[in-house]
Amino acid sequence: MDMQTDTMPLSVAEEEPAASTSESKPIVAANIESMNDITIDDRRPEDTVGKPFVDNPRMTCRNVNVYYGEKQAIREVSVDIGRNETIAMIGPSGCGKSTFIRCLNRMNDTIEGCRINGEIILDGINIYDKHIDVVPLRAQIGMVFQKPNPFPKSIYDNVAYGPKIHGLARDKMELDEIVELSLKKAGLWKEVKDQLAQPGTSLSGGQQQRLCIARTIAVGPEVILMDEPCSALDPIATGKIEELIHELRKQFSIVIVTHSMQQASRVSQRTAYFHLGDLIEVGKTEQIFTSPRHKLTQDYITGRIG
Amino acid sequence: MTKHFHRELEKLKKKLLSLGAMVEERVYMATKAIETRDSALATHIIKADHEIDEMEVDVEEECLKILALHQPVAIDLRFITAVIKINNDLERIADEAVNIAERIQSIAKRDRASFRFDYSIMAEKSAAMLKQSLDALVNLDIDMALKVCTLDDEVDEIQSKAYKQIKQAIKDNPEEITYLLNLYLISRHLERIADHATNIAEEVIYLIEGEIVRHANL
Repeated sequence: MDMQTDTMPLSVAEEEPAASTSESKPIVAANIESMNDITIDDRRPEDTVGKPFVDNPRMTCRNVNVYYGEKQAIREVSVDIGRNETIAMIGPSGCGKSTFIRCLNRMNDTIEGCRINGEIILDGINIYDKHIDVVPLRAQIGMVFQKPNPFPKSIYDNVAYGPKIHGLARDKMELDEIVELSLKKAGLWKEVKDQLAQPGTSLSGGQQQRLCIARTIAVGPEVILMDEPCSALDPIATGKIEELIHELRKQFSIVIVTHSMQQASRVSQRTAYFHLGDLIEVGKTEQIFTSPRHKLTQDYITGRIG
Repeated sequence: MTKHFHRELEKLKKKLLSLGAMVEERVYMATKAIETRDSALATHIIKADHEIDEMEVDVEEECLKILALHQPVAIDLRFITAVIKINNDLERIADEAVNIAERIQSIAKRDRASFRFDYSIMAEKSAAMLKQSLDALVNLDIDMALKVCTLDDEVDEIQSKAYKQIKQAIKDNPEEITYLLNLYLISRHLERIADHATNIAEEVIYLIEGEIVRHANL
């Protein structure tokens, strides 16, 4: 208990919505009963078919439920995130894939009325434990968003900001190194090395997105979450990001949410299909796109849903 | 967009099935020609083969177009790959009908030979296999497809019977060797028709199950 209060000041004031870690079973039951009028929620949770689990996973998620107020957005999702793999989350709008990816680094904590239960474990630690500080957690599990969102700072500072606040560099030289290495890994170094003092927002959309990836890499993450990282980019910039994803996988685990099934099939090794808050099927990407096992998966990827 | 795509798939299926119907007819004509030694019918089979070839090209182009424009996945992808392969098998079956017709043309000239082999059952079985493989495709009937695969053994058996009997006939009447060789080759062509029908059935199984059943002993 003392430990907990010790670490309190470090964590951002977000404990409240996330506090519902364990013992929420009765609450779940009560909620389901109160939702009888919502027809889609009357469905019984479907078992996930395929291979949701892997050997020696980076992250394990077990029985994850997410509620936005009364409404259940994610139901009993259990899946592993493997090491050095890209796993794609696909499904129609509102299926819960973005909600789920946001659970993985507690981005949902900031949403009012959002409650989460179940287990999400990174390196043996439940990231929803009360004593977890979300700031270093989000460095460990970085996120890249739909629209590139560089800070209104120079290219250099965009990348240097994270390492600075996390105290990852002892001096300017080390910081320079981190910035250069991160920009190199993000495939942006050659294009920006002579204009590091320029504002990040002066870059093209695709470059900005790679800058955001460099910013994520700079704090030494284990997992990178990407929520539709290419939806605002043209095919050429998209191609560069996809190439980058293949490179990054050698070092990180990547979870990508995408509306483009071609993108999912191009960049991922495993694909997870969500439908109305249930994780329907997980499998090797080539299997999902040649012989999906669940009819719902097949209907979605062949365009027979909606 | 997707409705358009599904219409294209329907159109492709119709095209393939009409090619199938045409090829079935050619096989039927070939078996008739074996029975009757009708040289004119044989000539007709040979002359009309270009129709099959044109349709085969048409179906293949349709498949390539759908692949390029719609990037199908899952059952649709398996359907297109199955169509490409079945299309090829159908064209080859028609070629075998032409081969039979060519044998008949040579045989018809010397019909007074001492030995005849009754191909009626073998021809019937091969034609039935083709029909059933196409029925399995139309109805996505996996049991029927599996049945076709087992029928292939029966056809093989008749072929080896033909081989033994014709070999003996060659020994007995060496002067009729040209005729007898042509007679034997008919069994070879019928056996190939059965093989291609088996391939079609295997493609149907792949289409339904998503698993490649060819070379099951590997």
